[in-house]
Amino acid sequence: MAEGLIYGINGPVVTIKGMVSFAMSDMVYIGKEDLVGEVISVGAEKTVIQVFEDTAGLAVGDLVKSIGRPMSVTLGPGLIGNIFDGIERPLRRIEGASGAFIPRGCNIDALDKEKLWDVEIKAEVGERLRSGSVYAVCRESIVINHRVMVPNGIEGTVSEIVKNGKYRCDDVVLKLKTDGGEAGLTLSQIWNIRAPRPVKKRLPMNVPLITGQRVIDSFFPVAKGGAAILPGGFGTGKTMTQHQLAKWCDADVIVYVGCGERGNEMTQVLEEFSNLVDPKTGSPMTERTIFIANTSNMPVAAREASIYTGVTLAEYYRDMGYDVAMMADSTSRWAEALREISGRLEEMPAEEGFPAYLPSRLSEFYERAGRFEVLCGESGSVTIIGAVSPQGSDFSEPVTQNTKRFTRCFWALDKNLAYSRHYPAINWISSYSEYFNELDGWYSKNVSADFAGYRKKMMFFLHEEERLMEIVRLVGEDVLPDDQKLLIETAKLIRVGFLQQNSFHEEDTFVSLAKQELMMKAIIYLNKKARNLISASIPISKVIETGIFSDLARMKYEIPNSRLDMFNDYFYKIDGEIEKLIA
Amino acid sequence: MIIRYSGLKEIKGSLIAVGGVGGVFFDEVVDIYLDGGAVRHGRVIQIEGDYAIIQVFEGVKFISLENTEICFKGHPMQMALSREILGRVFSGSGKPIDGLGEIRSEVDEFLDKNSRYVSRDVNGLPINPISRIYPKDYICTGISSIDALITLIRGQKLPIFSGAGMRHNDLAIQIAKQARVSNSGENNFAIVFAAMGVKNDVASYFREEFEYSGALGRVVMFLNLSSDPVTERILTPRFALTAAEYLAFDLDYHVLVIMTDMTSYAEAVREFSSSKGEIPGRKGFPGYLYSDLASLYERAGMLKGKKGSVTQIPILTMPGDDITHPIPDLTGYITEGQIVLSRLLEGKGFYPSVSILPSLSRLMKDGIGKGFTHQDHPVLADQLFASYSRVLDTRALSSVVGEDDLSSIDKIYLKFGSVFERYFINQGFHENRSMKETLDLGWRILSLLPRNELSRIKPEILSKHYIEDKNLISFVDDPQEMI
Repeated sequence: MAEGLIYGINGPVVTIKGMVSFAMSDMVYIGKEDLVGEVISVGAEKTVIQVFEDTAGLAVGDLVKSIGRPMSVTLGPGLIGNIFDGIERPLRRIEGASGAFIPRGCNIDALDKEKLWDVEIKAEVGERLRSGSVYAVCRESIVINHRVMVPNGIEGTVSEIVKNGKYRCDDVVLKLKTDGGEAGLTLSQIWNIRAPRPVKKRLPMNVPLITGQRVIDSFFPVAKGGAAILPGGFGTGKTMTQHQLAKWCDADVIVYVGCGERGNEMTQVLEEFSNLVDPKTGSPMTERTIFIANTSNMPVAAREASIYTGVTLAEYYRDMGYDVAMMADSTSRWAEALREISGRLEEMPAEEGFPAYLPSRLSEFYERAGRFEVLCGESGSVTIIGAVSPQGSDFSEPVTQNTKRFTRCFWALDKNLAYSRHYPAINWISSYSEYFNELDGWYSKNVSADFAGYRKKMMFFLHEEERLMEIVRLVGEDVLPDDQKLLIETAKLIRVGFLQQNSFHEEDTFVSLAKQELMMKAIIYLNKKARNLISASIPISKVIETGIFSDLARMKYEIPNSRLDMFNDYFYKIDGEIEKLIA
Repeated sequence: MIIRYSGLKEIKGSLIAVGGVGGVFFDEVVDIYLDGGAVRHGRVIQIEGDYAIIQVFEGVKFISLENTEICFKGHPMQMALSREILGRVFSGSGKPIDGLGEIRSEVDEFLDKNSRYVSRDVNGLPINPISRIYPKDYICTGISSIDALITLIRGQKLPIFSGAGMRHNDLAIQIAKQARVSNSGENNFAIVFAAMGVKNDVASYFREEFEYSGALGRVVMFLNLSSDPVTERILTPRFALTAAEYLAFDLDYHVLVIMTDMTSYAEAVREFSSSKGEIPGRKGFPGYLYSDLASLYERAGMLKGKKGSVTQIPILTMPGDDITHPIPDLTGYITEGQIVLSRLLEGKGFYPSVSILPSLSRLMKDGIGKGFTHQDHPVLADQLFASYSRVLDTRALSSVVGEDDLSSIDKIYLKFGSVFERYFINQGFHENRSMKETLDLGWRILSLLPRNELSRIKPEILSKHYIEDKNLISFVDDPQEMI
């Protein structure tokens, strides 16, 4: 084990003078309290370490020990439903050991080593196993079946197995005869957080991640395995939107990373998710969720690591053949952590003090998203949804701009929409999704052949409204001809009745694709019928007076997801009102 | 054995450097003895071999390379704590300045001999998110705009974004005086007041108001006035929050922490950073300003198994009223909402000049409604926001086309807007409205609008609260008459 002595301390950065046999990215323990750190620069003159904990109390001459492997996390049963800090330390057991405040040097194993799992062995003696092959399964939570896989780089013939039964995560359950000798496999393995886990090949991204949020599913969908960003100033509802997605999206496993955000928010997520029942499985949401919490007052270097810890856990479940969605709130805090460490290293800054390697770090991270054929032969995906907190709500800042380049789905949160309490405050003009073409086939096959057409029409109305409103702002609405007034009225209905979604309303918090499609259909139907009237010279004000527009604006609340037949009443109503006007 | 090192290597900004030291640890407290017996205090902020850089809280005036001796104290910055801190006044670096003597730390019988005295590191430790209770009990401030639309929750951090010359101090005082926790007769209420770089008369104004309301015995004050050393300002909120945490989590008090002015604090951090030669970020503030502010704001909340709570109301004056300035911007990203004051309303003579639309309370949604305030509160708030937002659009339109050319419904909105500002937002400095009064007033004003405009409210709730008879809701709304 390599060792060195502290020479200098500057905030979260510690230096060692002279040659030490540390390798880049090695995980180290520092000082009497065994603070955790990572080697970030190695040289003949000095070696630099970033410390994942508060460095107060460290002194020159304190010992630094390398454990001889990179910054890693432990992967195995017991991750689901758990909450970890940025370097995978279990916060529940930290509370048990030291109370409400997190002390320094609190090194507790990520997984509960004493817990017994009901293991079923899936391999036979004499069978040939490769990296990634599944050799055992155990029920990790009510909804997740944990598939135990051969760690990377190990291959061989099974020489010994245990009987099915209860085992701890460090018990050897299978022995492999490898070229180099014998390997005993347990239920857990270790993985370097900075390295993507290997896969067989990439698959096309042609299945959407269904979120139940209309503006996303219908207008700006993200594919399973895609990457989306959610930029917005404070108070625009980034966190609320992330919570909604984590609650309702149809991924099998959710990894929720609170990176440099509020402590109370994490508490709220935890509380809500344990009380909320997943409609698909009928069990609490926590049964499919892993939480990573590095709140804004926890050490900054661990914040930088938390994003990688999160994506590594996501990849691990992907390798079992699950669809995983990772929410990172907020990636700006991660970028700022990079900037802070970079500043302490006195590196030459690029834009706004961020290091020059910010774009390459961002692209490396977002490329870990994708839909893959994984080593065990199944298909799995990691979808990354990253919130971005631009300084001063200015989207031209480096983190937003660079993230935009490496993601294909952009959900721009708008301050003005949030001020007028239009939620989700996703701006329909500046947002986009490049996945729509790839997903078209899925939508027409699984929802309706008209889906893409409806979307295009509605986008047209909204864009036209934007143009017309410029005129209205100057001269008032009265001067517009009736067909344009109808267009504005329709766009208003789309905004209020379709895009606005109430996350506190029982029926509106999650909306099935079928209902989304019918809502669009109804709005477009009304518009078409009303256009006929206008060409018959009946003034638009008459149509509005019937109240049919306000009726349609309420259909999101009035029609339950389970009663889609009620849409017929609305179509009849439209027909009825229009006929009355013609007569 | 305590070693005194004499002589310095360098003096720069508020920093001094000492050479040839050993065994020094990061963040250690330092006493600096000057010739002639004066003692100053500092803290180790960087170590490079046997060379330590020290930040001097009282400033480096009169320090030369030869006339000082440095003594490392062997512990980080600490504060002695006991029940006696209530009613006391401290300097920005935690020294009693009211002439009533030092604080004897409380003896904690349950701890072992070595740690019997309650003395805490002022930097605090991060709260484990697992151990937090998600705050849900609302605080009734008696101020309509806040109670109805930006409800303050016990354990929340809700800053006031203000500007020079606006009445943020009055608002903070009124909140502190009137704040009552909903449906509980608890009387264990304390205020911690931290002044950073505020003018002398502002500090004494706060003191007088606390005294006048008879609360002085429950107030702990930390004063760093604008004439006091800048570096000390960095410590002031840390001492204040250490005291607050002690009162809340050891002594079960519900603590309201008022910190003013966060702008001066952030500027002190910038000054320190630049003297250290760090790479500046936006507007010269260091890249870690977010983490630094978070290490203060995150020290609010409630803990499982503890009765007390820490609620923070930081006040900051936005330079140039610019909400995108780094200080309000980063604050807004950390705090659970913000109360924004508007110069426009201030100019109309309204107090409190709360600008409704950019203001927000993030914790409000779970702390209002049935079982908390009143069942109709959430929809009322939602509709008031939406309708008032329409008022501002209409005003923008009317400034282009003139009021005469507005449609009749737009004219109703203008009327609604001006009544809402004058009767709902505007209220007296000594006026304490109950939650019921506030909500009833809200419904009365909302009833000025035609029923079908209130699309966010379910018909059954509307029929319960909407007032059809317009004679019942006449408001005098002639600005010239009012003056």
